[in-house]
Amino acid sequence: MDEILLSEHLTGLVQGLYIVAGVLFILALAGLSKHETARRGNTFGMAGMVLALVATLLLAARNAELLPDQRPFAITLTLIIVAMLVGAAIGAWRARTVEMTQMPELIAMLHSFVGLAAVLVGFTSYFEPGAADVGTMAAIHLAEVFIGVFIGAVTLTGSVVAFLKLSGRMKSAPLVLPARHLLNLLILLVSAGLLVWFMVDKSGTAVVPLLVMTALALFLGFHLVAAIGGGDMPVVVSMLNSYSGWAAAAAGFMLDNDLLIITGSLVGASGAILSYIMCKAMNRSFVSVIAGGFGSDGQVSGEERDYGDHREASVDEVSTLLSDARSVVIAPGYGMAVAQAQYPVADLAARLIARGINVRFAIHPVAGRLPGHMNVLLAEAKIPYDIVLDMDEINPDFASTDVALVIGANDTVNPAADDDPSSPIAGMPVLRVWDARDVIVFKRSMATGYAGVQNPLFFRPNTRMLFGDAKARVDDIVHELG
Amino acid sequence: MRIGIPRESKAGETLVAATPATAAELRKLGYDVVLEARAGDRADQPDEAYTAAGVRIVDGPTVWASDVVAKVNPPSDDEIARLRPGTVLVSLMAPGSSPDLLEKLRAAGVTALALDAVPRISRAQALDVLSSMANIAGYRAVVEAAHAFGRQFTGQVTAAGKVPPARVFVVGAGVAGLAAIGAARAMGAVVRAFDVRPEVAEQVESMGAEFVFVDMEQQASVDGYAQQMTAAQEAATAAMYDAEVRAADIVITTALIPGRPAPRLVPAATVAGMQPGSVIVDMAAANGGNVEGTVAGQRVTTASRVTIIGYTDLVSRLPGQSSQLFGTNVVNLFKLLTPGNDGCPVLDLDDVVQRGMTVARDGELLWPPPPVQVSAAPPPAPAPAPAPPPPPRPRDPRIRLYGAGLAALLFLLLATYSPSALLNHFTVFVLAIFVGYYVISNVVHALHTPLMSETNAISGIILVGGILQIGHENLLVTVLGTIAVLVASINIFGGFLVTSRMLQMFHKG
Repeated sequence: MDEILLSEHLTGLVQGLYIVAGVLFILALAGLSKHETARRGNTFGMAGMVLALVATLLLAARNAELLPDQRPFAITLTLIIVAMLVGAAIGAWRARTVEMTQMPELIAMLHSFVGLAAVLVGFTSYFEPGAADVGTMAAIHLAEVFIGVFIGAVTLTGSVVAFLKLSGRMKSAPLVLPARHLLNLLILLVSAGLLVWFMVDKSGTAVVPLLVMTALALFLGFHLVAAIGGGDMPVVVSMLNSYSGWAAAAAGFMLDNDLLIITGSLVGASGAILSYIMCKAMNRSFVSVIAGGFGSDGQVSGEERDYGDHREASVDEVSTLLSDARSVVIAPGYGMAVAQAQYPVADLAARLIARGINVRFAIHPVAGRLPGHMNVLLAEAKIPYDIVLDMDEINPDFASTDVALVIGANDTVNPAADDDPSSPIAGMPVLRVWDARDVIVFKRSMATGYAGVQNPLFFRPNTRMLFGDAKARVDDIVHELG
Repeated sequence: MRIGIPRESKAGETLVAATPATAAELRKLGYDVVLEARAGDRADQPDEAYTAAGVRIVDGPTVWASDVVAKVNPPSDDEIARLRPGTVLVSLMAPGSSPDLLEKLRAAGVTALALDAVPRISRAQALDVLSSMANIAGYRAVVEAAHAFGRQFTGQVTAAGKVPPARVFVVGAGVAGLAAIGAARAMGAVVRAFDVRPEVAEQVESMGAEFVFVDMEQQASVDGYAQQMTAAQEAATAAMYDAEVRAADIVITTALIPGRPAPRLVPAATVAGMQPGSVIVDMAAANGGNVEGTVAGQRVTTASRVTIIGYTDLVSRLPGQSSQLFGTNVVNLFKLLTPGNDGCPVLDLDDVVQRGMTVARDGELLWPPPPVQVSAAPPPAPAPAPAPPPPPRPRDPRIRLYGAGLAALLFLLLATYSPSALLNHFTVFVLAIFVGYYVISNVVHALHTPLMSETNAISGIILVGGILQIGHENLLVTVLGTIAVLVASINIFGGFLVTSRMLQMFHKG
C-alpha cells in the first residue's frame, strides 16, 4: 500500500482522475440542455464527484506519508469521514424536505456554504501555504489567497442576505444607505490597498490586512444584496451563483488544483449567463439591477392616468368561456405559487385537455424567484413539460388563442412595456396575452405589481378580472366544469 | 323600493324588461320586483318562473304605481298618463328623434332614463342596450337572409357538382355588423365588410371577414358612432358600393347615424344589377333604410327577383335571449344606481353615464346631455406630448475593438512576467470559461433551476481543498479545514439530491 502511495505515478493517476472528473462535470451540465438527457447528466455529475473524492483522498494519504508536518492518516481520514457524513446528512435532509417554492432559499443557502468554504480554505491555505512556493510564486499565492477570501466572503454574506430575504426573515424592500455606491467603491479601493500591505508585509502582522479585508468583504456582500428588492432576486441569486463559482476557481488557483479551476469556471460562467438572461428579460442592465431595484431611486413610476374601467367576470362565465374554447394559454406568475394554486391549475388543465382543448402554459423568464422556478413548480404539480412553453415559443400563438388565463402575473403581461415608451418597464419583453380573444386575469385586487406600474391590460376591452384568492377561484372553476 | 315590469303594449313586441333570472338579481340589490301578469309569456317566461324567483305577479295599475317602472319600448301616451310624478321610468326612448315624448315625460314629472342614450364608453358597455340588441339583430339578420336565400351559405364539392360559397357583403362594422359577420362566417359564407371608420378594419379581419378599403381619406370616429360622410367621400364610396353589392349574394346593411335618417347607400339601379335570388337585409329600415326600395317591417321582392328584407323587429324574433340580455342591462343600470345595495336608487348627475341617460327629471328637461369624449378612438387633438428624449448616440463600435486590443496587450505584458505554473492554470481557467459559456448557453430555460442546484453541487468540489488541509498538524488549520469539508459536503449531497428530485418531477404528457 505504502509503495503505491509513495509511487511517482500516483500524482499522474490523481491528475488523470481529475481530468475525467472535469469532463464528467461538463457532461453533467451539457445533459441539462434537454429534458431527455437531464437525469443522465446528474448521474455523470455524481460520478465525477466520486472520482474527484477518491483521487483527493489518495492524494491526502500520500501527503500524510510524505510530508513531515502531518497527523497520522487514520485521524485525518476519520475527520474527513465524520465531517462528510454530517454534511451529507444535513444536505440530504434539506434536499428531501425542501418545498419547491422554497428552492430559491435553498439555492441561496448552498451558495453561502461555497462562500464560507472558500473563505476557510483561503485562510488555511494562508496558514499552511505548502512547501513548493518560493519567490514570485509565493507572492502570487498570497494574492490568490487574498482574492479568494474576498470573493468567498462577498458570496457568503450576500447569499445569507438573499436567503433571509427570500425566506421572509428579512424585509425584502431595498436597504438604502446614503452614498451607497460610493461606499461600495470605497470598500473596493481599501481592499486593494490592503492587498498591497498583505503582500509586502514580511513580518507576522500580515494577517491583519487579511482579517480587515475579510470584515470589509463580508460587509460588502451584505450591503450589495440588502440594497436590492425582492423581485430582482432571480438576478441576485444567479449573480451569487456566479460568485460562488469564481470563489471556487480562486481556491483552485491558490491550491494549484485544475479541477477546482475548471469547476469554478463552469459554475461562474453558468451564473453569469443566467444573470444576463434574467436582466434581458427585464430589459435592465446588470449594473442597474445591482445598483438598486425599481423605484428605489425615488422616481414616481407612471403618471396617474385614466385607464377606463375594468370589468369583472364570474366563475361560471369563465367556466363557459373555457369549455367553449379550442385553445387556452395559462400565463402563471409568482402569485400563483404564493397562493399555492399550481395544483388546482394542473387539475384545471387536465380537465380541459380531457375535453380536447389545446392547453398550454406560457412562462416568462422572470416568472418566479429563480430562473426556471415556475417550470419546476408546474412540474411538481405534474404538468407535462411539453405543454410548458417559453415566452418566445408562445408569443406568436396568442393571436390564435381563444382564452388566456393570467394567474398571479402582472408586470410580465403588461402591454405598456410594448406600446408605451414612457412606461418604466418600456422595452421589457412581455407575454402578449392581450392578443388572445379573451383574457381572464386572476388577481386579489387592482394593486400594481413589483415594478409599481399600472397595467393597462386590466382595462382592455377583451380583458375581464376574476378577483379573489387564485387557488379558491381556480377550484371554483374546476368544480363548475365538473 | 318597488320595481314594476309591465307587459309591453306595442303590437308584436315579444320582449319583457326582466326575466326570472334578472329579476332575482334586482331583488339582490334590495328591490321589490312586481310583474304584470303574463308579461313574460311571449318571451317564453311563464309567471310561475317569476314567482319562483320571488317576483309578485300583480295587475297593471299596481305595476304602473311602482316607484320604478322598467320596460322595453318607449311609453305610449296612455302609459305616461298612468305614471305618478316622481316615478323613475327606464326604457328605450330614442331621445334624439322624439322631442314630443321627452316633453310629455317632462310634463309628467317623472325621472326618465333612456336605455338607448348610454354614452359609448367602455365603462358603460355593461348597460348598453343598443349594443346587446344590435348583437342579436346582426345574428338574426343573417338567419333571415339565409331563410330567404335559395342556396346554401357554405361551399361544397359533392357528387352532384360543386357549390360555391355564398358571398356576403356587410356594410357597417358596428356591433350588429360584426355579429352578422360572425354568423355568416360560421355558416360558411365568404364575407367582405366595409365601414367608414378605418380603425375597425382590424376587428373585421379578426372575425374572419375581408375589409374593403376605399381609396380616400377616411375619418376617425369621435363619439363611437359613424358620422355622415362628406360629399366627396360619398362620391368615392358610391362606386365601391355599386361594385361590392353587385358581386354579393347577400347584402346586410347596418349604417345608422344618430339623430338623423339612415344614409341611402344602395340605389335601386345597383339592386337591379344583383343576381336574381340575391337577398338584402336592411337593418336600418326603421330609420328610412340604407337601400332604395326597402319597406320598413316588410319583405319585398323586386322585379329583378332580389329580396329586400326590412324587418324592424329582428330582436323580437329572438325574444328569450333578447329579454335576458335586455334584463341584464337593466340590472347593470340598477347596480350603478344602487351603490348601497339597499333598494334605493340614487341618481348621480355628475357621472357621465347617468347624466347621459337622464332625459328628464322633476319637470326639468335634461336632454341633450353635454357631449362625452369616448375612448373608442384616440382624442383628435392629444395634448402635445413631451418631446421624447433624443435616442442615446450609438457607441462607436471601434471603442470596443480598441478596448479589447488594449486588454489583450495588458494581458500579454502581465503574462510575459508571470511564472509558467500560473499561466498553465490560467490556460485551464480561460478555456473552462469558454466551455462553460457554450455548454450553459444550450441549457433550456425550463431546466435553469436544476442547473443552479447542479452547479451548487459541483461547486462543492471546493471540499478538495479542505480534505488536503485537514491532515496538517496545526490545529487551527485542521479545524477550519474540517468545517470547510462539512459545509462543502452539504452542498454536494444537497445539490445532487435536490437536482435529482426535481428532474424526477418533469414528465412528458
